[in-house]
Amino acid sequence: MTEKKVKKGKAARLAMPEQAPEIRKRNFKEVPTGYTVAMAQEEAARCLQCKKPGCMEGCPVSVDIPGFIGLIAEGDFTGAIRHIWTKNALPAVCGRVCPQESQCEGRCIVGKKGEPVAIGNLERFVADWEREKGTGELPPKAPVTGKKVAVVGSGPSGLTVAGDLIQKGHSVTVLEAFHKPGGVLVYGIPEFRLPKAIVAQEVNFLERLGVNVEVNAVIGRTVSLDELFEQGYEAIYLGVGAGLPRFMNLPGENLIGILSANEYLTRANLMKAYRFPDVDTPIPKGKNVVVLGAGNVAMDSARTAMRLGAENVKIVYRRSREEMPARAAEIHHAEEEGIEFFLLTNPTRFIGNEKGRLTGMECLRMELGEPDDSGRRRPIAIEGSEFHMDTDLVIVAVGSGANPLLTQSTPDMELNKWGYIEADPETGKTTKKGVWAGGDIVTGAATVILAMGAGRKAADSIHQYLTWGW
Amino acid sequence: MFKIVKREEMAEGTVILNEIEAPLIANKAKPGQFVILKANEDGERIPLTMADTDAEKGTITIIYMVVGKSTALFKTLQVGDGFQDVIGPLGKPTHLEKLGKVVCVGGGTGVAVLHPITRALKEIGNDVTCIIGARTKDLLILESQMKAASNELKVCTDDGSYGHHGFVTDVLKEALEGGDVKLVVAIGPVPMMKAVANLTRSYDVKTLVSLNPIMIDGTGMCGGCRVTVGGKTKFACVDGPEFDGHQVNFDELMMRLQAYCEEEKHCYEDFCTLQDAT
Ligand SMILES: Cc1cc2nc3c(=O)[nH]c(=O)nc-3n(C[C@H](O)[C@H](O)[C@H](O)COP(=O)(O)OP(=O)(O)OC[C@H]3O[C@@H](n4cnc5c(N)ncnc54)[C@H](O)[C@@H]3O)c2cc1C
Ligand SMILES: Cc1cc2nc3c(=O)[nH]c(=O)nc-3n(C[C@H](O)[C@H](O)[C@H](O)COP(=O)(O)OP(=O)(O)OC[C@H]3O[C@@H](n4cnc5c(N)ncnc54)[C@H](O)[C@@H]3O)c2cc1C
Ligand code: SF4
Ligand code: FES
Repeated sequence: MTEKKVKKGKAARLAMPEQAPEIRKRNFKEVPTGYTVAMAQEEAARCLQCKKPGCMEGCPVSVDIPGFIGLIAEGDFTGAIRHIWTKNALPAVCGRVCPQESQCEGRCIVGKKGEPVAIGNLERFVADWEREKGTGELPPKAPVTGKKVAVVGSGPSGLTVAGDLIQKGHSVTVLEAFHKPGGVLVYGIPEFRLPKAIVAQEVNFLERLGVNVEVNAVIGRTVSLDELFEQGYEAIYLGVGAGLPRFMNLPGENLIGILSANEYLTRANLMKAYRFPDVDTPIPKGKNVVVLGAGNVAMDSARTAMRLGAENVKIVYRRSREEMPARAAEIHHAEEEGIEFFLLTNPTRFIGNEKGRLTGMECLRMELGEPDDSGRRRPIAIEGSEFHMDTDLVIVAVGSGANPLLTQSTPDMELNKWGYIEADPETGKTTKKGVWAGGDIVTGAATVILAMGAGRKAADSIHQYLTWGW
Repeated sequence: MFKIVKREEMAEGTVILNEIEAPLIANKAKPGQFVILKANEDGERIPLTMADTDAEKGTITIIYMVVGKSTALFKTLQVGDGFQDVIGPLGKPTHLEKLGKVVCVGGGTGVAVLHPITRALKEIGNDVTCIIGARTKDLLILESQMKAASNELKVCTDDGSYGHHGFVTDVLKEALEGGDVKLVVAIGPVPMMKAVANLTRSYDVKTLVSLNPIMIDGTGMCGGCRVTVGGKTKFACVDGPEFDGHQVNFDELMMRLQAYCEEEKHCYEDFCTLQDAT
C-alpha cells in the first residue's frame, strides 16, 4: 500500500496547458487554460494523502488539502469544492494567484524528491468545474440573528468577512468606493491572470447568500464610521487595502507618460481601457515601455504593456534577480513573453520633450553591498556608470502605502508610524470599539490569501462580539 | 441608477446643467467638493464639481462644459435618464472664513464651481465682489444666481458684447487697487487662474484656485491627478482640489491636461459622426 503511493508520487507533475507565448503576449485572454477532468484526476493521484500533510501547514487558511485532492482523484468534484469552501470562499481566485510555491506546494512531501503536487492547479480546477457544471447549491446558513455588520472594502479580505458572517446568520452590507466590487482582484490583477468574470461570480455567490453590496460608497467621505454606527450597524470591518501609490521622487516624474502602476492597471482592468475607443477611458500606449520595480505588480504592468502593443518592455530593478519579489511563475511568464530585465539598474531622472512628454530616462548601474533592514543586500550605485534609456512610457511599480482617506476621518483609531491600522493579529480588533481591520491596510501590501486569513479571524471575533460582547 | 430630474442647456448648448438624485451625497456635500460620474458600463469616470445641492430633495446639481466624448455623451442624457454611477462627495471642502472683503473670479464653467463657494462666503458675513467673464455674451452662465450670491457683481466679455470689455483680470486689478481685498477665489480655465494668481501675487493677496487635473478614482489611489504645489507633488483629489494659487505650477498642469488629447480627439470625432448619423 505505502509502496504504491510512493510510486504515485514519483510520476511527473502535469504541466498546466497554456496559450503559447507569442500568441498570448498580444491578447488579454487567460494564460493558463486549465486542467481537463482526466488531467486533474491524474495529477490528484500523485498526492500521497500524508497523515501529517506538510502542505496544510503551509496554507494560511488551513484548507484540508489532502482531503479535497483525494475527492478529486475519486471524481467527486462537488465533494471537493465543498471541502475547500469550509476554509476558503474564493478558490477560483486563490487557485490562480496564490504564491503556492512558497506556501502549500513549497511544503509538499512529494516536492522533496521531485516536483510537488500541483495543489493550486487542482484548486482552480474544482472551482472552475463547480462554476461551470456545478449545481450552484448554496451552503447552509445559520438562523437570522438580526445583527447588522458593515464591511468596508470589497477586496479578498472584506469578501471573506462578508461570506463568513452571512453564513453565521448576520445581516451584512459590503461598502465599496469603486463602482465594481473585488478590490485589487478587479482593478489590479489583469484579466489574463484572473478573469474578471470569475471575481464577479464570486461576488454574486455572496449576494445570493444574502450579502448586500453597495458600490460608489467612499467611507470617510460619503459616510463616516460613526455615522454607520448611528445607522444601526453594530460592527464594522475595514478591509480597505493599501492603495496609495509610491513614486520615486525623481526629477521629471510628472512628465506625461509616467504613471503609477495603480493608475495604469486601473485603466486597463477596471476601466477596460485596452478596448478604447470602444470604451471611453484611454490608456497611454508606449513603444518603449519601462516598468520600475520587480514585484507581481511590476510583472502585471509589463505584461499588460506588451499586450497593448509595445515594441519592447523592460523591467528596471535596482537589485539582482534573487531579490525580485514577484512569484517565480510570473517572472517566467513575463520572460517567455519577451519582457527584458535590466537588473542592478536604478533610474536617476526622467527626460521630456518641449511638450512635456517623456522621451527617456537616465540610469545608474548598481552593485550589491551588505544586507539592509529588509534583509536583502543593499544596492549601491557604481560611480560614473550613468547611461541613457529611451522610453515613452514609464510605469512606477515600486510598492504602495496606506491610503489615508478613511483613517484621516477616523481620528479615534490608532495607526502605526506608516499609517497602517493597528489591529490585534489574532482577532483583528482595532483600538476603536466595534471596529475590526485586516488585509493590506494592516499588514501593508501582502497577498490575497493573507488578506483572507485576516478576514476569517476577524469574522470569528466579530461573531463572538455580536454574541457575547467586545 | 442616479436619475436626472432636471436638465437645462446654457451658453448656446455648450454648457449643460443636470440636477441628479443622489440623496447620500446631497446630504453630505459642502462647497468646493466634487463628484465622479460614469454614464454607463463602458463610460469614463468624469469629475465634476457640485454647483449646488439640495439635502431636502436629495439632489445635486452639476454644470459642465461639453468638451469631449464623455461630456458629449452626458449631454445626450435627458430628464428621466440617469448616470450609472455617481461617487462622492470627494475632495476637501473650501476653507470658509470671515475675512472682510473677498473677490470671487469665475470664467467659463468655473462660474458654476464658484457659485456655492461665493454664496457660502457671503453667508458667513464677507463682503463679496464677484467678477465673472466669458468670451461673449451668449456664453455667460449663471449671471442672476451669481448676483444673488454676492454683494456686487461685475461682468466682462472678451469681445465687449456685454458688461466690461476685457478680461476678468482687468476688473480684478481695479478691485485690488482698493487695497482692502483679503482673499481672491479664482476658478476657471487654467490660463485664467494662472493670470489671476500672477496678478494677485504682486498685490500679495491670498488666492485660492480650484484645479481640474485628469482623475480616475478621486480617492488618492492612482496618482493620476498629481499637481505640483509649492514644489511638492500633491494629489488634487484628496489634497485639493483647492490650493494656494501662488504656489501652483500651472504650466505643468496645462501640460498634463494634454496627456490624452490625441486619443480623446479621435474618440470625440467618432462619437460626433455617429451622433450626426442618427
Ligand atoms: C497588480 C497586483 C498584483 C497582485 N498579484 C498578486 C498575486 O498574484 N497573488 C497574491 O496573493 N497577491 C497579489 N497581489 C496582492 C493582493 O492583491 C492584495 O494583497 C490583496 O488584494 C489585499 O486584499 P485587501 O482585501 O486587503 O484589499 P484590496 O484588494 O486592496 O481591496 C480594498 C478595497 O477597498 C476599497 N476601499 C478603499 N478605501 C475605501 C473606502 N474609504 N471606502 C470604501 N471602500 C474603500 C478599495 O476600492 C478596494 O476595492 C497583487 C496586488 C496588485 C496590486
Ligand atoms: C475636481 C474637478 C472638478 C471639475 N469640475 C468641473 C465642472 O464643474 N464643470 C466642468 O465643465 N468641468 C469640470 N471639470 C473638468 C471636467 O472633468 C472635464 O472637462 C471632463 O472630464 C472632460 O471629459 P471629456 O471626456 O468630455 O473630454 P475629453 O475628451 O476627455 O477631454 C477634453 C480635454 O479635457 C481635459 N480633460 C480630460 N479629462 C479630464 C478630466 N478628468 N479632468 C479634467 N480635464 C480633463 C483634457 O485637456 C482633454 O484634452 C472638473 C475637473 C476636476 C478634476
Ligand atoms: S504534502 Fe503533498 S503529497 Fe502530502 S498531502 Fe499535501 S499535497 Fe498531498
Ligand atoms: S484621481 Fe487618482 S489619486 Fe487623485
